[in-house]
Amino acid sequence: MSGQQRQGAPQHGGPGRGPGGPGFGGMGGMGMPVQKAKNFKATLRRLSRYVAPFKTNLIIVLITAILGTTFAIFSPKLLGHATTRLFEGMKSGTGIDFGPIADIIFLLMGLYLVSSLFTYIQQYVMAGVAQQTVYRLRNEVNEKLGRLPLKYYDTRTNGEILSRAVNDVDNISNTLQQSLTQLITSVISIIGVIIMMFTISFWLTLIVLLTLPLSMIVIKGIAKRSQEHFKAQQMELGKLNGHVEEIYTGHQVVKAFGQEDKSVETFDEVNERLYTAGWRAQFVSGMIMPLMNMVSNIGYVFISIVGGILVTRNAIKIGDIQAFIQYTRQFTMPLAQTANIANIIQSTIASAERVFELLDEEEEIPEAANAVVVKSPKGEVALRDVSFGYKSDAPLIERMNIDVRSGQTVAIVGPTGAGKTTLVNLLMRFYEISEGHITVDGVNIAHMKRGELRSLFGMVLQDTWLFNGTIRDNIAYGRLGVSEEEIVQAAKAAHADHFIRTLPEGYDTVLNEEASNLSQGQKQLLTIARAILADPAILILDEATSSVDTRTEAQIQKAMHELMKGRTSFVIAHRLSTIRDADLILFMNQGSIVEQGTHEELLARGGFYADLYNSQFAAGGLRRSPA
Amino acid sequence: MLKLFRFLKPYRWLVALVLLLILAQSLCELYLPTLMSDIVDNGVIPGNTSYIWRIGGFMLLVTAVGTLVSVWASYVSSRIATGFGRDVRSKTFKHVTKFSLQEFDTIGTASLITRTTNDITQVQQVLIMMIRMMVMAPMMCIGGLIMAVSKDATLSLIFVAILPILALTILLIARRGIPYFKVMQKKIDKLNLVLRENLTGIRVIRSFNRGEHERERFEEANGDLTATAVKVNQVMALMMPMMMLILNFSQISIIWFGGLRISYGDMQVGDLMAFLQYAMQIMFSLMMVSMMFVMVPRASASAVRINEVLTTEPVVQDTAASAIASGERGVVRFEEATFRYPGAENAALEQISFTANPGEVTAIIGGTGSGKTTLLSLIARFYDVGEGAVTIDGQDVRKLPLEQLRSRIGLVPQKALLFTGTIADNIRFGKEDATEEEISHAANVAQATEFIGGMPDGYDSQIAQGGTNVSGGQRQRLSIARALVRKPRVYLFDDSFSALDFKTDAKLRAALKPETADATVIIVAQRVSTVMDADRIIVLDEGRIVGNGTHKELMATSEVYREIALSQLSEEEIA
Repeated sequence: MSGQQRQGAPQHGGPGRGPGGPGFGGMGGMGMPVQKAKNFKATLRRLSRYVAPFKTNLIIVLITAILGTTFAIFSPKLLGHATTRLFEGMKSGTGIDFGPIADIIFLLMGLYLVSSLFTYIQQYVMAGVAQQTVYRLRNEVNEKLGRLPLKYYDTRTNGEILSRAVNDVDNISNTLQQSLTQLITSVISIIGVIIMMFTISFWLTLIVLLTLPLSMIVIKGIAKRSQEHFKAQQMELGKLNGHVEEIYTGHQVVKAFGQEDKSVETFDEVNERLYTAGWRAQFVSGMIMPLMNMVSNIGYVFISIVGGILVTRNAIKIGDIQAFIQYTRQFTMPLAQTANIANIIQSTIASAERVFELLDEEEEIPEAANAVVVKSPKGEVALRDVSFGYKSDAPLIERMNIDVRSGQTVAIVGPTGAGKTTLVNLLMRFYEISEGHITVDGVNIAHMKRGELRSLFGMVLQDTWLFNGTIRDNIAYGRLGVSEEEIVQAAKAAHADHFIRTLPEGYDTVLNEEASNLSQGQKQLLTIARAILADPAILILDEATSSVDTRTEAQIQKAMHELMKGRTSFVIAHRLSTIRDADLILFMNQGSIVEQGTHEELLARGGFYADLYNSQFAAGGLRRSPA
Repeated sequence: MLKLFRFLKPYRWLVALVLLLILAQSLCELYLPTLMSDIVDNGVIPGNTSYIWRIGGFMLLVTAVGTLVSVWASYVSSRIATGFGRDVRSKTFKHVTKFSLQEFDTIGTASLITRTTNDITQVQQVLIMMIRMMVMAPMMCIGGLIMAVSKDATLSLIFVAILPILALTILLIARRGIPYFKVMQKKIDKLNLVLRENLTGIRVIRSFNRGEHERERFEEANGDLTATAVKVNQVMALMMPMMMLILNFSQISIIWFGGLRISYGDMQVGDLMAFLQYAMQIMFSLMMVSMMFVMVPRASASAVRINEVLTTEPVVQDTAASAIASGERGVVRFEEATFRYPGAENAALEQISFTANPGEVTAIIGGTGSGKTTLLSLIARFYDVGEGAVTIDGQDVRKLPLEQLRSRIGLVPQKALLFTGTIADNIRFGKEDATEEEISHAANVAQATEFIGGMPDGYDSQIAQGGTNVSGGQRQRLSIARALVRKPRVYLFDDSFSALDFKTDAKLRAALKPETADATVIIVAQRVSTVMDADRIIVLDEGRIVGNGTHKELMATSEVYREIALSQLSEEEIA
């Protein structure tokens, strides 16, 4: 399943556990499958370090939680005393003495007020702790992403990374916000209630405790079944989402070939299976509540019976039954919650583990200590005995030597998918070479700061990247503190000014999320303007301007030529003129550079390049479509 | 949200059943304290043990009935909610498949996907919760009031006083909280957007050395979100304690006023105990309702988005089957066709007139945004022309049923898209009943045989979603084979050879020629070299035809064409 789908799949708690939303720990999530952490203890310890700075606040939360719950636990017993007094007053026939009852009631009021106040403080403080913790964790993840080598990104889908950085962090946030305090109060409630019950009646308490194993059996049995159904549901949902994604993205093709009905048919099939798995999962997990309720009601009934009999024997008082009944009610809720929280904590730790895995990924090699700065760069590039491979056992480049003098043009030629980006990766030090060294103006790039090195390069690639901001900001992205005039100049040089001005908002047009309010060609023009503004010493260009075509491209070509003047340029070349006029041609195939030299040299050699040239370019220029 | 509930209509009897079951369940729940009060009043006080046992047994029966009823309710509600989800999903999907490109453009493909998948799941989840919990609260209230009134009408006045206070409290807190929830959702989206941009643009960000800037951008969005999240949780922190306080104070007042009534002999102690429990149960069910505040705003945002899709009517409407044109030849004619994207100031295509005949290759060339792809889209009727007409064999495409129209067309789109399934399935996409020979022939012409043969399972090799496990060039060849197997009258190639290397391109073109000899071929291209030998070249500029003729003619007559040609070809090549 692709990362995208994983991302779309609802997390364990279901939608009830939205980010930061307070609630009741999502009873609906019960019975869903739980992901388990590989190393629970270590992860828990590490996670607690993030909460540690809020120690004072946490202690406040703990104290208020204990106090609030304890006070709440005392009140049913007091309420029972009041009832007993009413009962006895009535039974004795002397009339009810409201004095002591009023005392109890005032005491109760006080307890309730204090208890509520403490609960409020506890939740209020926890809001800050949970959100601040997650804030820091998110920033840390983001900073980490900034330090990870390109390799990390290239070997994972965006969905996969996003799932860790967003879903897993959210999961932690929710648990901190809701489940942690719930766990504390639940445990205190359970212990407190049991103690209170014992002080009232040993036998009644025994009845209540006997219902415990019964509920456990119920929960366990159902959870096991429902997990299977949830798994089936998740699987069908994944399939359905995949189908929707596919048909929607390919809708033009689906229409052109008249396959709408068939796609609907497939959809309905999967949808029906999803329905079956879905209602089963919902039904089985939905049975937990009624059955738990049943167990608790059975306890209730026996307390009524046994309690009633005990009262007739004067073993306990009438108010005690009432208190007891309230206690059993108070008992079931936290019990169900703790059972649920155990699962939530499991999945939270699993999430934390995934986040920590990301945080532990190997970073880029640290910057050189005495970084060399190239002042007024000339753009001389040399590769000396460079060896490289994405995998250590599969070298792509071995002992390669290249010399590029300032202002020269290097054409990179080869079939599609020949790994022409490899060279870009090495020059800009997105990847580290395994042997040899690369120099710019005689300085080993490993001795330069990455930022410094990369600022020497300007890059115009085929897949445009623009961010969700105004056109102005996007062009100005390449350089800090540029004036309005410079931006317009760059746009003009890239032949983008004209179309920008035809947009209703002009330079203030905000690119939407998918930047779909511009055509691919227009986007490409913007990236050219961005590179022009950055004014680099060395250029990396991709000539395959597949969507900026014909006339526009002719203009771009002029702009590119202008841009290339006086700069060292690496061009992923597609046009004959560029290749022929290049000072050096690198012929790439399947990731490695198989030939290098000038046009004449390579023709004379009669190798790959000559073969290609003769079959494509020489035959009257008829077969000269872009690669 | 409510609008979507029209899809519950087929389930209205089941919904009524659930309501009834839940009412029965609440009555059972509430009947237990009533019976308990009988135990106290008629068993404990007179000391009648056998009465206690008898009523106790009856209570067990009530428990059993209550459990059965609630399990049944759970069953029915699961059926309703998932059935609702299924229906909405199916309806949405079917509706979207009728959309023309125009609707896809306005809503956005990615957004349509989320709406059909996540949004509907979201609403379905909330519906389940609603049926289970939200319905319970009013039922408990009603049941509780019925029970309370039947026990002691005067004392139930306490509920009359307290329920509005409770409702008001919930309302006040919700009114402060819900807007925050909405804002928070937006901020979450913003944060995710920034993060996603950072992932997709990692090379650009690093090459421009803007990591620091991006980090600040993220931290700003993160801080923004955190501030709101803290606020929301602080506001909502008030909910639980307030509700507990009201619940507890109502208990105190029951004891006090109930005690008074007992002292006057108007009421018994057992009744008082029952009352206390009614209060507790009503309050607990109301607390469950407060949980909905988190979920409902989210789900209603989803519901609005789904509704938007369902209320969008496709611009291109299918026509009822008409008489099939006799003598299908595939003559494509544009008659003064003008097309304008919705909201656009300028027409994307203006007064386009030309004829593409069978056995001829018509090429269309022009700059970005000159309307080349749009022109092809009009033939396949992905959009409808505004003025003028597009005809095939003399028939207006708008008067032809879509299926008939498109069965005559073999489109090779700019972006070669494949679908999950085997390679054979993908080629068969063009013609469902294609034989194996037809498939291998199409693959052969498209120069795909070699790489298909190189795959472990040949034609039965699986293609991953989006065709990510084959290269761009291979995708393009399969997408060409898919069009070829159809043997259409009209071929539309939208810049379809861009990902092929030189050699393959040449071979493919050579093989294609005899295959398409009798058909009408329309090629959109960027390179003069690819269109030079076409029978007719149409030069588009800003949506208008500025040249129409052969390469030679255009070199002589069209300024724009000459400009393009000169920029791409050397002197000797042009001649």
